[in-house]
Amino acid sequence: MSDGIGARVERKEDKRFITGKGKYTDDIRMDNQAYAAFVRCPVAHAKINGIDSSAAMAMEGVIAVHTGPEMKADEIGDIITGWSITSKDGSPMQCGVWNPMVTTYGRYVGDAVAVVVAETQDIARAAAEVVELDYEELPAVAAADVALTDGAPQVHENVPGNLIFNWEIGDEAKTEAAMAGAHHVTELDITNNRLAPNPMEPRSAVATYDEAEDHYTLYTTSQNPHVARLVLSAFYNVAPEHKLRVIAPDVGGGFGSKIYIYPEELTCLWASMKTGRSVKWTSDRSEAFMTDAHGRDHVTKAKMGFDADGNIVAFHVDTIANIGAYVSLFATATPTYLYGTLWSGTYAMPAIYGTVRAVHTNTVPVDAYRGAGRPEATYMIERMMETASREMGIHPAELRRRNFVKEFPYQTEVILQYDSGDYFKMLDEGEKAADVAGFAARKADSAARGKLRGLGYSTFVEACGIAPSAAVGSLGAAVGLWESCEVRVNPVGTVEVLTGSHSHGQGHETTFAQLVSDRFGIPIDNVQIVHGDTDKVQMGMGTYGSRSGPVGMSAVVKALDKVEEKAKKIAAHTLEASEDDIVIENGEVKVAGTDKKMGWHEVGLAAYIAHNLPEGMEPGLKETAFYDPLNFSFPSGALICEVEVDPDTGVTDIVKFTAVDDFGTIINPNIVEGQVHGGVTQGIGQAMLEQVVYDETGQLITGSYMDYCMPRADDVPSFTLDHTCTPSPLNPLGVKGCGEAGAIGAPPAVINAITDAIGSNDLQMPATPLAVWTALQANKTAMAAE
Amino acid sequence: MDMTGEHRISAPRETVWAALNDAEVLRACIPGCEELEKKSDTELSALVVQKIGPVKAKFRGDVELSNINAPASYTIRGEGSGGVAGFAKGGADVSLSEDGAETVLSYEVQATVGGKLARLGSRLIDSTAKKLAAQFFDNFQAYLNEAEAKPAE
Repeated sequence: MSDGIGARVERKEDKRFITGKGKYTDDIRMDNQAYAAFVRCPVAHAKINGIDSSAAMAMEGVIAVHTGPEMKADEIGDIITGWSITSKDGSPMQCGVWNPMVTTYGRYVGDAVAVVVAETQDIARAAAEVVELDYEELPAVAAADVALTDGAPQVHENVPGNLIFNWEIGDEAKTEAAMAGAHHVTELDITNNRLAPNPMEPRSAVATYDEAEDHYTLYTTSQNPHVARLVLSAFYNVAPEHKLRVIAPDVGGGFGSKIYIYPEELTCLWASMKTGRSVKWTSDRSEAFMTDAHGRDHVTKAKMGFDADGNIVAFHVDTIANIGAYVSLFATATPTYLYGTLWSGTYAMPAIYGTVRAVHTNTVPVDAYRGAGRPEATYMIERMMETASREMGIHPAELRRRNFVKEFPYQTEVILQYDSGDYFKMLDEGEKAADVAGFAARKADSAARGKLRGLGYSTFVEACGIAPSAAVGSLGAAVGLWESCEVRVNPVGTVEVLTGSHSHGQGHETTFAQLVSDRFGIPIDNVQIVHGDTDKVQMGMGTYGSRSGPVGMSAVVKALDKVEEKAKKIAAHTLEASEDDIVIENGEVKVAGTDKKMGWHEVGLAAYIAHNLPEGMEPGLKETAFYDPLNFSFPSGALICEVEVDPDTGVTDIVKFTAVDDFGTIINPNIVEGQVHGGVTQGIGQAMLEQVVYDETGQLITGSYMDYCMPRADDVPSFTLDHTCTPSPLNPLGVKGCGEAGAIGAPPAVINAITDAIGSNDLQMPATPLAVWTALQANKTAMAAE
Repeated sequence: MDMTGEHRISAPRETVWAALNDAEVLRACIPGCEELEKKSDTELSALVVQKIGPVKAKFRGDVELSNINAPASYTIRGEGSGGVAGFAKGGADVSLSEDGAETVLSYEVQATVGGKLARLGSRLIDSTAKKLAAQFFDNFQAYLNEAEAKPAE
């Protein structure tokens, strides 16, 4: 069947997106709809002494102004975190309390202080401007390393020294001993720059309280509406689950930032109850920069020890992670179990040890952003490898090959066990596709034109398909991370797949339908994917961590297995054959080796007409499955970046970018390539352009696209992509996940290429022309001094 | 933001000093100043309309003079809030030295901005501040020239 697994079919959903017919949260219009706007803390740290809303209330069209203390009085819960981390001394983590709206202290610029509800958005925003805050400004701190210094301003009274936890992983004694005996030790200070997620669609919510039914409905921009309902219900006390419906309709990108259940969406629900109106809030771009959870923001000291042959003997990491003013949902897992567990990279490292200190600062919370911990790990490891190869005079590809994991499954020193892979093959293919052999000639050609050419490698492995429930439970996760699926075959044979995965750009409406098409031989147009509505899909864990393939699709396969089994029973009964002889092909259900057959739709019809079913069989053809993964899946890749630097200006041109990925089984190459294009582009953005900046007082000074530089089409080359395939042995399709790979693998490839070109390892992201030029000048000075 | 500068004014130091302490003169010379009221010898309140990058707002604030060493120097500090547009606060050490019939005014400014002004306009603050300083001194010189031409008033 041409629509099945591996087919390069066009995305079904694109027709409505491209023609402007997508239906996003802000497109929802309720009767009796009012609009919310938030009054926000103007400074990074303040004690709010009073809120004067009289001028706002006097404005025509203003319905209400509500504040944090009122919310508290209504017993709305504080914002929670979903993963408990234990410090290396055995003590539990210390987190500051996050009131959805400030009760006393505002702790970052943008902290919500009050909400204005008005007849129009313009009135709400204008009224929010005239709400007067009487506040006392307090000392603030924005940088995590500064927050740890003696005498630094305290973000929360109950978190001494701003230290949330000091976590460790690996074997300290073994690592120190191996490091002491190393032939060569490479050391590097590495900053992982803070990023704003910037999904195309900003966050939005439309909340409706129905007094007659005592029921709430929330339309919102969520990657996981069921988790949102669970949290809003069980922790925020909005309403019990059966009295709360959460719908995440078309969602225009998330990159992690729409996993979390933020104060604004919660406040809309509460405000709807308070005012008796539907309440809509839509973030503007500046508000998104200020309040969407940021990503990354690590400061790391790393040491890697090698023997005389270039084999890694020890790896030591010391990281400070900026968590921001409050601990967001995945904020504690991201710099620990999604980061430290990947420190072995693609290499067999016999000894690894490191610590991560998570720190409160007066900045917006930092949480998972495309890759979540794995980009930080990969950037660090791959810069270390490239730097070590230069210091030891071993070609970077050769140093990698010497250290690659050779046999699978491979148990790392940092908890994870890699499922499968062939790192040699992907690097071989990558070097061929990148024409590494021709690099010397291209470099000479650049030199003849006065340009510097550089080549940078990155070989990564990452963990997708979060997560085996019991395993993550033992590591501190509050919930298991399985997935659910219900497959409904209609009487006419069309199929609806209800999934707990959520598509906000991933193309599930196409790829999930391909699984059905592959199984029953019906066109994908006969399959409807239903997701994102807690009234339709009973329960699910949503989409993040490249889990929709390895976990979400595995649930689909499990449900399809059950449907297939029942369909075969019905067909065997109808065709008077043995169940074992029934095959389903091209939309037909046949008795193998005979001409006896019935159409797929006839099986569906027979199940519902129910005149002639096997004895004891229930009518209908609908099955449900829950799938809990056995392990993470471990996609890997070899990325090779080639740059040309203008030494006079520092302007860097990426002339070629090659990515050879092993994603296991590929369902739709078209969609996988799109994911790689997007991921690599975001990775190039991090490497060369993007940087959130707070000044020393905690003011956000990159609050618009004038100051925060996003990658554009002309910042990236036409990518050279290829794939190798070692299917994951641990899930039924053998898929590994591809959503984050590009963002994980690309930044070190870019920086390694630039540092190769300029002959200096002293460069941090983003490698702006100024940063590259400055590194070049420093290098010239250093060489002149020698 | 830090800004230092010097400006040569064609007027005797006493005249410059008097003008710098005259609320009416300052109101006329500060770009965008709509109101400036002297509350005491050392305190003023102001309303200034400014556009910095994409942010246009009315800043209302208080200004305080200290370290007064007439007619040679003072420190001026102020804080203005533009509502949702943000705020600015800071100060300047201003000194006047005589150079023949002219006066050299030197200033050292330190200021911080917050809110939307910081988010959207921080990159433009330095250039805007320089432009506003230049406008102020042009206005100030013009005022002094005019005052000299009509000494009877």
